[in-house]
Amino acid sequence: MAQKPKDPTRHSTYLPLDKKKSSKAFHSTPMLDQLESGPWPSFVTGLKRLALDNNMMVDLLGQLEHSYKTRLGYWKGGTVSVFGYGGGIIPRFTELMGKDGKPMFPEAKEFHTLRVQPAPGNHYTTDMLRKLSNSWNKYGSGLIAFHGQTGNIMFIGTTSEKTQHFFDEINEYGWDLGGAGPCVRTGMSCVGAARCEQSCANEQKIHRLLVNDFLDDMHRPALPYKFKFKVSGCPNDCMNSIQRADMAVIGTWRDDMKVDQKEVKAFVKGKGRKYVIDNVISRCPTKALSLNDDDTLAVDNRNCVRCMHCINVMTKALSPGDDKGVTVLIGGKRTLKIGDTFGTVVIPFKKLETDEDYDSLKQLAHDIIDFWAENGLEHERCGEMIERIGLVNFLEGVGLEVDPNMINHPRISSYVRMDEWDQEAEKWNQRKAAG
Amino acid sequence: MADMRPPIESGVPDPFQYMHPLMIKNFGNWAYHDRPRPGVLHHVAKSGDEIWTVRAGTQRQLGPYEINLLCDIIDKVGEGYVRFTIRSNMEIMVSKKEKVEPLIQALNDAGYPVGGTGNSVTMISHTQGWLHCDIPGTDASGVVKAMMDDLHEEFVKEDMPNRVHITTSCCQINCGGQGDIAINVQHTKPPKINHDLVANVCERPSVVARCPVAAIRPAMVNGKPSLEVDEKKCICCGACFPPCPPMQINDPDHSKLAIWVGGKNSNARSKPMFHKLVAAGVPNNPPRWPEANAIVKTILRAYKQDAKDWERVGDWVERIGWPRFFELTQLPFTKFHIDNWRGSRNSLNASAHIRF
Repeated sequence: MAQKPKDPTRHSTYLPLDKKKSSKAFHSTPMLDQLESGPWPSFVTGLKRLALDNNMMVDLLGQLEHSYKTRLGYWKGGTVSVFGYGGGIIPRFTELMGKDGKPMFPEAKEFHTLRVQPAPGNHYTTDMLRKLSNSWNKYGSGLIAFHGQTGNIMFIGTTSEKTQHFFDEINEYGWDLGGAGPCVRTGMSCVGAARCEQSCANEQKIHRLLVNDFLDDMHRPALPYKFKFKVSGCPNDCMNSIQRADMAVIGTWRDDMKVDQKEVKAFVKGKGRKYVIDNVISRCPTKALSLNDDDTLAVDNRNCVRCMHCINVMTKALSPGDDKGVTVLIGGKRTLKIGDTFGTVVIPFKKLETDEDYDSLKQLAHDIIDFWAENGLEHERCGEMIERIGLVNFLEGVGLEVDPNMINHPRISSYVRMDEWDQEAEKWNQRKAAG
Repeated sequence: MADMRPPIESGVPDPFQYMHPLMIKNFGNWAYHDRPRPGVLHHVAKSGDEIWTVRAGTQRQLGPYEINLLCDIIDKVGEGYVRFTIRSNMEIMVSKKEKVEPLIQALNDAGYPVGGTGNSVTMISHTQGWLHCDIPGTDASGVVKAMMDDLHEEFVKEDMPNRVHITTSCCQINCGGQGDIAINVQHTKPPKINHDLVANVCERPSVVARCPVAAIRPAMVNGKPSLEVDEKKCICCGACFPPCPPMQINDPDHSKLAIWVGGKNSNARSKPMFHKLVAAGVPNNPPRWPEANAIVKTILRAYKQDAKDWERVGDWVERIGWPRFFELTQLPFTKFHIDNWRGSRNSLNASAHIRF
C-alpha cells in the first residue's frame, strides 16, 4: 500500500482473519498473495474476504492458486438452467480431480454464473445494489462482476440447486436473465441522453425496444450463434458497437452542426489560435473546418462526416444538429472464426420519432435475424454470413436498397456479370425521382 | 414440478427507476460538459441544472463488503445514485459541487482510486480467465490488477495525448475487445488430442467445421473414432477447443501472450480501427506478468513522448509510420508482423512512401 489506511476496517485492504467463520482452513496461496499489494483495489483480498464466511470461496481460492501454479484453467461447461428458460446461466464444474478421482476443491466443484440484464446505462440506486448483493450472498458466493464484456451483471459462483432460488428471488423484484449460447444476447447502451449532450438518440428506448422484442430468442437459444444489439448515442460509439455488435444503432444528425460563435471566440481566446488550428481545424478528417480571421468557425456541413472530433474538443461551442436519427450497421464481431469484422452500414440515416419509426426499426431487426436464422451456418455470426454471401445478397434477403453510403469505394474488379445493368440503373433513377 | 415457478420474462429493466433525479429531469436536454479535474465530469443542462460525476476504479468483481463500503460512501457523501461505465468504473453523481471533494476523499480513504476520465489510462476491460472461464489460456483479473498497480498514476492523472483503452483477453477469440493496446493469449503449438475422449465428448463434424483453415479431419486412432490435425496447416488458434475439450490447446509454456496496438472504437477523426500485432512470444507469467507489463509501459512511454494532442495510439502510428514505431519502442520486427490472412494484401505498402 502506498499509504496506510485512515480506518483499516473501512478500506479495500480490510481482511479480519480473526473473524473467520468458514469451517475450512485457507489453502496456501503464495502466488495470489502477491496480488494483494499495490495501489489498485485487489480482487484477491476480495475473494479472501468472501472466504471468511464461505467454504466455497476457500476452495475457489485453492483452485485459482492451482491455475496460477500450473498455468492452466480447470473449469468445464455443462447444462444448467432455470425452469422455463434454456439459457442465461454459465455452468461451471471443476475438472481438477485428485488421485482418488474426487474433486481437489470439493466445495467449489460447482461454480455457476448467472447472467442478468442491467438497466440501459447501468444505473443503480444504492438500495438496489445492496438488495442484489444480499440476495446473492444468500444463494451464491457473494461475488458479482459489474459488468461482463457482453454487458451482463455476472453473479459468479453457485450450485445448480441454488441457481433457481436466486433467480426466483431477483426475478420477483424486476431482474431477468440475459443471453448465453446461440441466442440474442444482452444488449448495451451508453449513458446517452441521461447525461450526455452529444446524445442524438433515445438510447435506452432503442435498447429496450429491440432486446425486449426478442426475449424468446434470448431465453431459448436456437439461432446459428450469438446476436448482439448495441446502441451508442453518437459516433463516439462508447459502446464499441461497430466492432462488437451484430446490429449497431448509432445516433447521428443530418442537418448542420450547431456552432455558438461567441463560445468559439472564447475558446480561441483561451487556448490560442495555434491550439485551435492544430487540434481542431487540421484534425477534421474531411477538411470541413476553417478558422475565420475574426476567430469564428466556418463549417462545410455537406462534407462533415459526423466524426465528433471537433465537438469533443469544443464541448461548449459545438454540438450536433437538431435533425437527429440513427445509422445502422450490421455484422461486427470479434476474431472467431474468420477474423475480426466491422459492422457495415445498411441504413445511413433513419429518423426515430414516431411509433411507426420505432416499429420499423424493430421490423428491420426481425427481418435480419430471420434471414440469418434461415441462412447462417451453425456457429456463423451474421457478419460472417455477409462475408460468405456478399452484402448484396444480404440486402436483397432482408429487403434493403443499395446505397453508396454502404461502401468505401466501388468495386475494383471487372470480374462480375452485369447483364442486368440497365434494370438496376433504372431502379436507382426511379428511387431518385421518387425522392 | 409442483413448486416450479414460471419466470417473469421482464427483459431489460426500465432505467428511470434507478436514475439520478437530475438525469431524469434533464433527459435529452444537456448543453455541455467539462472536466474540472481528473476523475470528475461536470455536465450542464439546458435548464441550467448541473450534475457532477466522480469516477472511481474498482476491482470489477465486488463482494458484499465492497458493495456496502461503496454504497455507504455514496449514501453518506453522495446522493444514493451510481452507474457503471463499460470499463467497470463506478460513476457517482451528485447535484452540488461542494460534494465532489469529500466524495473523492472518502473514496480514496477507502482505497478506491478516482480517475479514468479524459486523457488517462482508464480501467482495462477484461474477461474472466482462470477464475471462471472454461477455455482460458491465462487469468484476467490478475493481469489487470498487476498492470493497473503499475499504471495507477496514469489512471488518476490525465497526462496522455488522448485516452488510452487497454484490453486483455485470455484466448484468441478476444472477448476483451479492440484496444489502443491489447494483451491477448497467443497459442504457439497445435492442440494435444486426448483420443480416448473425443468420440464421447465431441460432435466431430462441428469440430471439423470450426477450424478456420480446414486443418482438422475425422480419423480412427487406436481403433476409436477421433480427430486429427494437420499440424503443417494448423494456426494454433484454439477454435477447436471450446467445442471439443479433448483438443487441449492451452499449454503452460507454449501458450504465450501477444501485444497489439492501435485499435479504436470511436469514429472521431479516423474511422474505427482494428489493433495490429506488435509483439508476441511474451511469457504467460503469473502472478504479475512482468514481461507483458514492461512492453505495455514501453509502448505507453513512446506514445506519451511522441504523440500529438488528441492522437490515439492508432492515429499516432498512422502519422509516424510503423518503421518509426518499431524504432521508438525497440520492439523487434519479424516476418510474423506481415499479414497473410484474407485481405492481407491491403495491409502491404504499395507505394514509394518511405520515411527516412
